[in-house]
Amino acid sequence: MALKSAVARPVETAARPLILNSVTRRFRVGKRIVTALDSVSAETTHGLVTGLIGPDGAGKTTLMRLVAGLLRADEGTIQVFGADVGSNPLAVQGMLSYMPQRFGLYEDLTVQENLDLYADLQGVPPADRSARYTELLHMTGLKRFTARMAGRLSGGMKQKLGLACTLIRPPKLLLLDEPTVGVDPVSRRELWQLVDHLVRHSGMSVLLSTAYLDEAERCDAVLLLHEGLLIGAGQPSEFTRAMTGRSFLAHAANVSKRSLQAALVATQGVTDALIQGEAVRVVLEPGRAPSTIWSERFDHLDFVPATPRFEDRFVDLLRSGAPSQTPAPQTLSAAPSMAARSDSAIEVVHLTKRFGTFTAVDNITFTVQKGEIFGLLGANGAGKSTTFRMLCGLLPATSGRLRVDAYDLRHAAATARGRLGYMAQKFSLYGDLSVIQNLRFFAAAYGLRGVRRNERIAWALNEFELFSLADATSRDLPLGFKQRMALACALMHEPDVLFLDEPTSGVDPLARREFWLRINALAERGVTVLVTTHFMDEAEYCDRLVVMAQGRILATGTSEDLKRASRTADLPDPTMEDAFIALIEADAAKQTGQET
Amino acid sequence: MNAPLMRLRGLIRKESLQILRDPSSIAIAFILPAVLLLLFGYGVSLDARHVSLGLVVDEPSSTAASFISQFRHSPYFTPHDFATERSAEHALAGGQIDGFIWLQGDFSRMLDAGRKPAIGLFVNGVDANNARLIENYVQQSWVRWVAQQAASTGIADPQPIDIEPRIWFNPAVSSRDYLVPGLIAVIMTLTGALLTALVIAREWERGTMEALMVTKVSMLEILAAKIVPYFLLGMGGMVVSVLIAVFLFGVPLLGSLVVLGLASSLFMLASLGMGLLISTIAKNQFVAGQIAIITTFLPAFILSGFIFDISSMPAIVQWITHIVAARYFVAILQTLFLAGTVWSVLLPNLLALLAMAIVFLGAARLTARKRLD
Amino acid sequence: MLGRVLALVVKEFLAILRDGKSRAVLIGPPLIQLVVFGYAASFDLNHVPFAVYNQDPSGYSRDLVADFAGSPAFKQVAVLHSPARIRDLIDSRRVEMVLDIDPRFSRDLLTNVPAPVQVIVDGRNSNTALLILGYANDIITSAGENWATSRGKSGPPAQLDPRALFNPNLDSHWFIIPGIVALLTQVITLLVVGLSVAREREAGTFDQVLVTPLRPLDILIGKSLPGLIIGLVEATVIIVAAHFWFSVPLLGGLAQLYSGLILFTAAVAGIGLMISSLAATQQQALLGAFLFMVPSIILSGFATPIANMPVVVQDLTLLNPMRYALVVIRSCFLEHPTFSVLMPQYAAMASLALVSLATAGWLFRKRAV
Repeated sequence: MALKSAVARPVETAARPLILNSVTRRFRVGKRIVTALDSVSAETTHGLVTGLIGPDGAGKTTLMRLVAGLLRADEGTIQVFGADVGSNPLAVQGMLSYMPQRFGLYEDLTVQENLDLYADLQGVPPADRSARYTELLHMTGLKRFTARMAGRLSGGMKQKLGLACTLIRPPKLLLLDEPTVGVDPVSRRELWQLVDHLVRHSGMSVLLSTAYLDEAERCDAVLLLHEGLLIGAGQPSEFTRAMTGRSFLAHAANVSKRSLQAALVATQGVTDALIQGEAVRVVLEPGRAPSTIWSERFDHLDFVPATPRFEDRFVDLLRSGAPSQTPAPQTLSAAPSMAARSDSAIEVVHLTKRFGTFTAVDNITFTVQKGEIFGLLGANGAGKSTTFRMLCGLLPATSGRLRVDAYDLRHAAATARGRLGYMAQKFSLYGDLSVIQNLRFFAAAYGLRGVRRNERIAWALNEFELFSLADATSRDLPLGFKQRMALACALMHEPDVLFLDEPTSGVDPLARREFWLRINALAERGVTVLVTTHFMDEAEYCDRLVVMAQGRILATGTSEDLKRASRTADLPDPTMEDAFIALIEADAAKQTGQET
Repeated sequence: MNAPLMRLRGLIRKESLQILRDPSSIAIAFILPAVLLLLFGYGVSLDARHVSLGLVVDEPSSTAASFISQFRHSPYFTPHDFATERSAEHALAGGQIDGFIWLQGDFSRMLDAGRKPAIGLFVNGVDANNARLIENYVQQSWVRWVAQQAASTGIADPQPIDIEPRIWFNPAVSSRDYLVPGLIAVIMTLTGALLTALVIAREWERGTMEALMVTKVSMLEILAAKIVPYFLLGMGGMVVSVLIAVFLFGVPLLGSLVVLGLASSLFMLASLGMGLLISTIAKNQFVAGQIAIITTFLPAFILSGFIFDISSMPAIVQWITHIVAARYFVAILQTLFLAGTVWSVLLPNLLALLAMAIVFLGAARLTARKRLD
Repeated sequence: MLGRVLALVVKEFLAILRDGKSRAVLIGPPLIQLVVFGYAASFDLNHVPFAVYNQDPSGYSRDLVADFAGSPAFKQVAVLHSPARIRDLIDSRRVEMVLDIDPRFSRDLLTNVPAPVQVIVDGRNSNTALLILGYANDIITSAGENWATSRGKSGPPAQLDPRALFNPNLDSHWFIIPGIVALLTQVITLLVVGLSVAREREAGTFDQVLVTPLRPLDILIGKSLPGLIIGLVEATVIIVAAHFWFSVPLLGGLAQLYSGLILFTAAVAGIGLMISSLAATQQQALLGAFLFMVPSIILSGFATPIANMPVVVQDLTLLNPMRYALVVIRSCFLEHPTFSVLMPQYAAMASLALVSLATAGWLFRKRAV
């Protein structure tokens, strides 16, 4: 393909890695037209890491694909270093590299074969290859694994191999679509170091999308997307600066942190309130002083100023965009008070699960008390889901003992399962069925009938604000609504024990807050909740948690315990992520110590 | 090496490695055809052999015995004697016998008196094809017997016309000889489409297609790289099938091997093209697989002329058979195996296959856009 | 229990029927296939193209040719004047038969010597070849007899009097179309049931169902009943079409027919569920369903008789529910069987259904990875 004659462009345009000019893109979902991107205009600067931040469904991946020339914009133009993507996609593709979600690797090829393939595709001359391979393998630490199948690498290693493949021919613009999703915090931190290195030393421009709001603070510039709209752009510090004087940690004597949070969320003048450690993090509306926050329910409310976070600003932007609609899960009905058989709702003793030679869960032991919110925290592949499935009776254990509400569900009668609620990963409901049909099915599956069944369905529609969507096909619902519906189905029969597998994955911060408010209310009423998550900050919602890696439990305790244990002079106020990394590193050191 | 060639080489190597590491594609290419051919080659036969034939002779006599004895020593029939016509009829209704011959009480006397008695032949007409074959066999036996009778009594042959049947290409009229080449066509339709129907859909599902598309690689290169290894694989399966047909089933192969190779190549390209087309349209393995099943096996089985005679179908159905690639391949294979290199049959069918290969590959190329929408 | 199973069944139906694509797959292809295959799949010969090489220019030979040309089974497409083109016409498949009348034909006929007629047939399709020969035999024999009677000759000393029970005209549509009832019912039931568990496994909803108080038996019934019902509805449509459109007589009792169909769909649903619960992905389920379907059709007696197969293969067909269904459906169409005659077929299908359904139910929990 002959290159288009070089039209003289203003230097300004050609120097910009990316210029978006009112880009709009719509999709047809079922019978509806969904606007994935709504006239987004933005520019990025050369030599910087630009973060494309927003929850799932915000339009991040669509934007990435538009830039890469894989989709065509319905309206507007996109220019990459002055070249128009719509009219000349090949020229643009020659300048950029793109790592899609799941890294675009061939899992049945080895590390070396993947590199060879992409070197061929990118036209890297054979003479230059070995030097480039050496450099990339060194950089990613994959040197020892060149003969291993890509499918058998850990999540973090796959991510690095994916990056290496996109870097075979150094691009001017690097597009990374959610490179950190599901990988453990250590790998995440390493990826960020790699990206920083690339930008500083190779003068590359990077556009990186992520749903983790805390990663925004590591970017040089941020584009904030929400439901297809660009709701903010600038340096991360600008975002947090806007929140100066509005973030606080609140304590109240004699009030549990959950009640305090629930009360504060409903209080006038509060933008956001969420549990952080033993305190409640509060963001006040602009111009509000802590002293004006008052309620007769608190004897003494103590506000300590806190460093603003990116998430504070994001929630603030979302709340100011839409009229504040405080979720008030007041009518969550409590589980009937249980005749105490024992104090522990869930007992796991020396539980092990092997698949062939692979040990997915390695001799774990923990106990969950009645009415507790208990977390299983770990990266993808740490063994959380396997543990979970054994507890629900979906998988037989290789060895060890487990009890849920005094039953081993693998062997107990079917009725024993009627006491637990289960919300599967990715909110698996019947996508072809409407909301009301799903509710009806699960109500019947849990043995509800007649008046009781109709009551509960009405309750679910009301409580989760699903009335207007009752006849919508559930596949077409936005993720937040799917999550609500999944929770509604799991609570249909008022279970004593609730299992939640990655319940907040991908939903936006507001939906997450709303979700946790409901869960907290359930726990207050005595429901035992077991939850898995790979969001480190969600550990804050748990009464106690275990940290899992490679099938083993690294630590058990409250989030405060775990953070305290990793406190050092350098890091006086560690986050949960810091604590997690410290645990993994300590464990690795112990392992090598044992080996030598 | 220039860039497009390097890309193609990289892609082909990738596909080949994936095939080698995925036992299922090897199984589809080699084991599936071999197993199906063996199973069907032995299992499918239209020859009426060992037909259970009831014999009812009300009054035994030497003339009756001379007629009946023909069926006692025939490879086609397994005789069962019945005392009465009623019991034979009952057995026929119950499926124990496929037909029966009834020589009524006065058979010999009428014959001797020159009153032309009737020989009753009752067949179960449910399986019409089988019934007709039985009728034909019995009729031939009857003609022979009449001639013998005439010769023994010294009268001239009462049959005024003498039929001299000549069956070309397959004098033993063994149905296996014509079914096996047809089966090869049916089986190769299956494997060809199944092999490729899933490969592009798989790349979409695993997200690797996105990564390929942002490189400078063109869609043509991606498709070409898919075709080359799967073509070789499919031809390997073809060789296995032909070897089984010739050496195990003893089907003669009279035509030219070169033409066989050419025809198989064209057919394979058409099949792979169809698989690729399905694959690019479906973008998901589930739908791709469903379409592949509906559009390959049953049409190839019923509309290819492999078992049902195309010229006997209604005109509109005959017209539909023209879009079934297997139809042309069946004609070519039956001719090459049993008749030899007959260009007047081969040429039009080869051209038709070529046209189908071009249409399917071209359509696959046109539908496969280097974009996600 | 009843309420739960009912909810499962309703859910399955909604999942199948709410989606336009899967609705189309259930309705469109079977009907098209019924019509196309109903017309295409036939062993009867119509308009078989033939050529005449008549070396005896006499009225007698012309009468014989006219008998052929007048038969609906044959269509004269060429007249030859030399033997050279016979080879070419047959090789190129332009004709399937050549009628070669010897120069001595009329002379021999008049002098009471059997008059020679050669019938040359393309043997590439041996079945068609034999059928053509049979048809030709009939025409020539009756022509000879007519000639003999008209001359007052005695003719053969005895007559062959063939009679086909249940299908007097030996119309092979009467054989094939009832077969298509079984064929399409099996394909549809397998498609509905065979993927249902694998699809739910992939979507994660199967776990969701397994943690409810539903028992494996509930799930088993809930999963197989929709396939059974859809299979039966589909069968009914095809039976109606076979009877009213293709005019295949329907003599047997509907009770006997539907008892057989219910057992058949139950067995197919059981096998489908077995495949589905063994498979980890939909793709595997699809391949599995396919690998079951192809041999089960070919080795069922649908087109070629089971009695012709080697003993080992015949034994293998004992595991094939379609084999029994074909016997039941065909005899219900053309005969008028009693329950006791069909009992062995019912028993075989019932045991296949029981074993496969029980295995599938056991696999639900076992194969949970």
